[in-house]
Amino acid sequence: MNFYETDLTQLHDDLVNKKISATELTKATYDNIKAKDDQIEAFLTLNEENALAEAAALDEKGIAADQLVAGIPLGVKDNIVTKDIRTTAASKILDNFKPIYDATVIEKLKAQNFINAGKLNLDEFAMGGSTENSAYQVTHNAWDLTRVPGGSSGGSAASVAAGEVLAALGTDTGGSIRLPASYNGVVGMKPTYGRVSRWGIIAFGSSLDQVGWLTTSVKDNALLTSLISGHDDHDLTSSTRDVPDFGAQLNDDTNVNGLRIAVPKEYLVEGVDEKVKEVIKAALKHYESLGAIVDEVSLPHTQYGVAAYYIISSSEASSNLQRFDGIRYGVRATDVQDLEDVYVKSRSEGFGDEVKRRIMLGTFSLSAGFYDAYFNKASQIRALIRQDFENVFKDHDVVMGPAGPTVAYKIGSNIADPKTMYMNDVLTVPVNMAGLPGMSIPAGLADGMPVGLQIIGKPFDEETMYKAAYTFEQSTDFHKAQPNIGGQN
Amino acid sequence: MNFETTIGLEVHVEMKTNSKIFSPSPVQFGSEPNANTNVIDWGYPGVLPSTNKGVVENGIRAALALHAEIEPHQHFDRKNYFYPDNPKAYQISQSVSPLGHDGWVEIDVDGEKKKIGIAEMHIEEDAGKNTHSPNGYSYVDLNRQGTPLIEIVSKPDISSPDEAYAYLEALRERIQFTGISDVKMEEGSMRVDVNISIRPVGSDKYGTKTELKNLNSFNYVRKGLLFEEQRQQRVLMSGGEIGQETRRYDETTGQTILMRVKEGSDDYRYFPEPDLPSLEISEDWVKEIGDTMPQMPNNRRDRYVNELGLTEYDAMVLTQTKEMSDFFEATVADGADAKLASNYLQGDVNAYLNDEQVDLAATKLTPANLSGMIKLIDDGTISSKMAKKVFKGIVAGENPAEYVKAHGLVQLSDPAQLQPIIDEILANNEQSVTDFKNGKDRAVGFLVGQIMKQTKGQANPQVVNQLLMKSLQAL
Amino acid sequence: MASQIDEQQVQHVASLAKLKFTDEELSEFTPQLESIIDLFETLEKVDTTGVEPMTSATDRVNVMREDVAVNSHQRDALLKNAPDAEDGYIKVPAIIDESGDAE
Repeated sequence: MNFYETDLTQLHDDLVNKKISATELTKATYDNIKAKDDQIEAFLTLNEENALAEAAALDEKGIAADQLVAGIPLGVKDNIVTKDIRTTAASKILDNFKPIYDATVIEKLKAQNFINAGKLNLDEFAMGGSTENSAYQVTHNAWDLTRVPGGSSGGSAASVAAGEVLAALGTDTGGSIRLPASYNGVVGMKPTYGRVSRWGIIAFGSSLDQVGWLTTSVKDNALLTSLISGHDDHDLTSSTRDVPDFGAQLNDDTNVNGLRIAVPKEYLVEGVDEKVKEVIKAALKHYESLGAIVDEVSLPHTQYGVAAYYIISSSEASSNLQRFDGIRYGVRATDVQDLEDVYVKSRSEGFGDEVKRRIMLGTFSLSAGFYDAYFNKASQIRALIRQDFENVFKDHDVVMGPAGPTVAYKIGSNIADPKTMYMNDVLTVPVNMAGLPGMSIPAGLADGMPVGLQIIGKPFDEETMYKAAYTFEQSTDFHKAQPNIGGQN
Repeated sequence: MNFETTIGLEVHVEMKTNSKIFSPSPVQFGSEPNANTNVIDWGYPGVLPSTNKGVVENGIRAALALHAEIEPHQHFDRKNYFYPDNPKAYQISQSVSPLGHDGWVEIDVDGEKKKIGIAEMHIEEDAGKNTHSPNGYSYVDLNRQGTPLIEIVSKPDISSPDEAYAYLEALRERIQFTGISDVKMEEGSMRVDVNISIRPVGSDKYGTKTELKNLNSFNYVRKGLLFEEQRQQRVLMSGGEIGQETRRYDETTGQTILMRVKEGSDDYRYFPEPDLPSLEISEDWVKEIGDTMPQMPNNRRDRYVNELGLTEYDAMVLTQTKEMSDFFEATVADGADAKLASNYLQGDVNAYLNDEQVDLAATKLTPANLSGMIKLIDDGTISSKMAKKVFKGIVAGENPAEYVKAHGLVQLSDPAQLQPIIDEILANNEQSVTDFKNGKDRAVGFLVGQIMKQTKGQANPQVVNQLLMKSLQAL
Repeated sequence: MASQIDEQQVQHVASLAKLKFTDEELSEFTPQLESIIDLFETLEKVDTTGVEPMTSATDRVNVMREDVAVNSHQRDALLKNAPDAEDGYIKVPAIIDESGDAE
């Protein structure tokens, strides 16, 4: 089964019409995974036995026509809690953790009878941009196994790019869906803050986290996003706004005639690789040729986004991760003399270096005497970043630029220098800071590696963003490019 | 040297809501350990809090009762610290925008009235409970985790242990009358932390504070503060310095004992809780809550004296608890004479509660049955002596009229029934009649006694007296 | 720009966060944190006078749940996940310091 040659709608129709059974599809998915994952190393936990049992049960009762994902195996990032299925957030401290409840996104998909193929690798607690911070394994970029898949949803992106699964859930706190989507040549969308419930997402930066999909096509992404969106009583920050059927809007009539595209000059500055710029500029030209209006604009506080983001996300993370203390669940250090040992040893042995760095940065930023200069200052900058976007959106429909300043880099090349690593997020963090929807779509190759075009929408206007993405995709062939894993197919 | 004392009190009050402040788990006492918990109470990965509207409303009630200004734009903050009974390692509280601020209560110490200011009051979640075992382990029960609390912080207006005592009394009384809490220290639904410092009279700088823990009753608060006030004076008089200390009150010796010296202040790394949207408290909402608030005890006392004609003392006793006061008002509303209702509540009812060691709510007595009994006394159906028997019936939940009927307790007041009995007694006791005519009043008592005996005590003594006198004079 | 963090400060922050670093780790972490905090300090340059801090991106206010109790019946499952439990309690090595209690 080559998922690049089909799509969600086609698979659903084939299942409903019994051209293929859920069991056959599930087996084919695991065949894909077994053929490729030795090299990709995207999966942390496979759910094969349950998946096959669920598929068989579905085949027995038939696939409902109104359940788009029924019988279709999809991947789930391992910081999304799944009842009775080990959930680690790629951390040793949750090595033995089996949740006793489902995340709301999982509940919604289960209500539609989706099949959970398994849990996908990430940077520990979603902290990182390369998936090298996983406590378990390094995931490889399907386009070049010596390169990183990006992060933190690196397992999700690589698995989709490698054709192991049709689509996978990711999370995005500062670019964790869009950066790996860009590095792997797939479609990744982070919805508006509040569009999707965070209940059951192991919190990193609570005011920034959102769940979204990584897919091979814009339409699949749009269809799947509608399924997981909407208000949830468990998440008081989730929006009560109506959820449009995003996929239904995408058809032969969709166009970008008169679409006003803003391109911030700060997104095409020196730090961005020249070859990446070329791909993006070509993409913008293409939009103009399709009838869109492209303007250069300024988002003047962009350069402060990374610093402000790392203060806020680390501060929230330092508090969110205090619950991992070896007392109620997860791993408690052995060889403990007293309570202090339980805390300090469980945490010091259970967390990896990057997580510890973030906890330290966050604890510091909130500590007495530093709160005003760090956390509060960063929150003020955050307000200014949002204001920048508001100004631009007064007379533009979307903002566009690159998703990352470079293509995927070599495994191990950046890990020694956290600051360089953080700077890779410069183009994605402002979107989370402002709570906006943002996505990355394949826009071409630079040195044989995929480059993602980032599209940023107005709050709760994923629709316009998807339409712009879809029009581009349908009029180009970039999304059809498939990685040639390990030099052979 | 003369010193003046400054006392600060932090009072935590547990609300009696159905569910916890940020989770739907039941708020219930005496359950099996961890029975009233869910993934939120355990701080599971991925869970989120959800605010209980009832807790916010109760907070507003408390703020109104304490004359506090209500903050219109509120948010919650996280207070970070590790402890096994604190599952998220942060407590969701209000630091920057407490629900209420600048309130006051009035106290009365030896007839002198004084207003004590309340700096701020906020809502937050309670922690679980640790039980320490001598086997080298502690045991954590998260049932209490998430129980709604209101914390009330006084202004430095309290200048003596007696004022502190009176402040706590006033606070307890007003909170209790809002109905949001039982406010019982012995059950932990009211907890008090105090700090005290002294300074030479006239000094414009506060002295170093010590904190007192383990104060399990208002009395211990007063005693602990008294001891600490004198201890600090002795230290300063002998040229010593007061350390920034937490001290423990020992109930058996009546002394305070050093627990630990505080080094600097704790660093709780407060920041706004990102999981909870902010609260906008509209004036309409506050008004709506205010309009349905139970009346405060001072207003009730005024009404009892001015409208119902009770004495100040009776009004005071009846408003000791909201339960008693509500019961009294319901009894009167049902038609009972206010004075009689007051007497019964303070007399027989209170004696019964003391004997049985129960609260009014735990008995089967209802205002309707109490008022029913009082009406039967009022209209002469039963005597107050019979009422003693009827009372036994109504505390067992019986209807007074039915009880009277079932036990044949109806008073004989009909002259047509009583006259023949009187005539018979007079005929059989000629000597007594003669004694009466010779001016021996004692004879009347004897005759009444005989009539009561004959009627097995059911004759209405007043009617008997009247009829007897008439008969005697007619002879 | 001189950073505001040294090894002693790092130790203090670690103790707040219940983390422990060996001397070796400390000498590696401190300069890393220093360089990131230098980055943080670039924010000083931005004039934020009068700017209301943004601490949430939600579009919602006044979201509350009715006061209705629901028993989860999750007790056994919760206790099963605990590293150590006994008689329905979570078991931990003795708590000696009472300072954190009943805040």
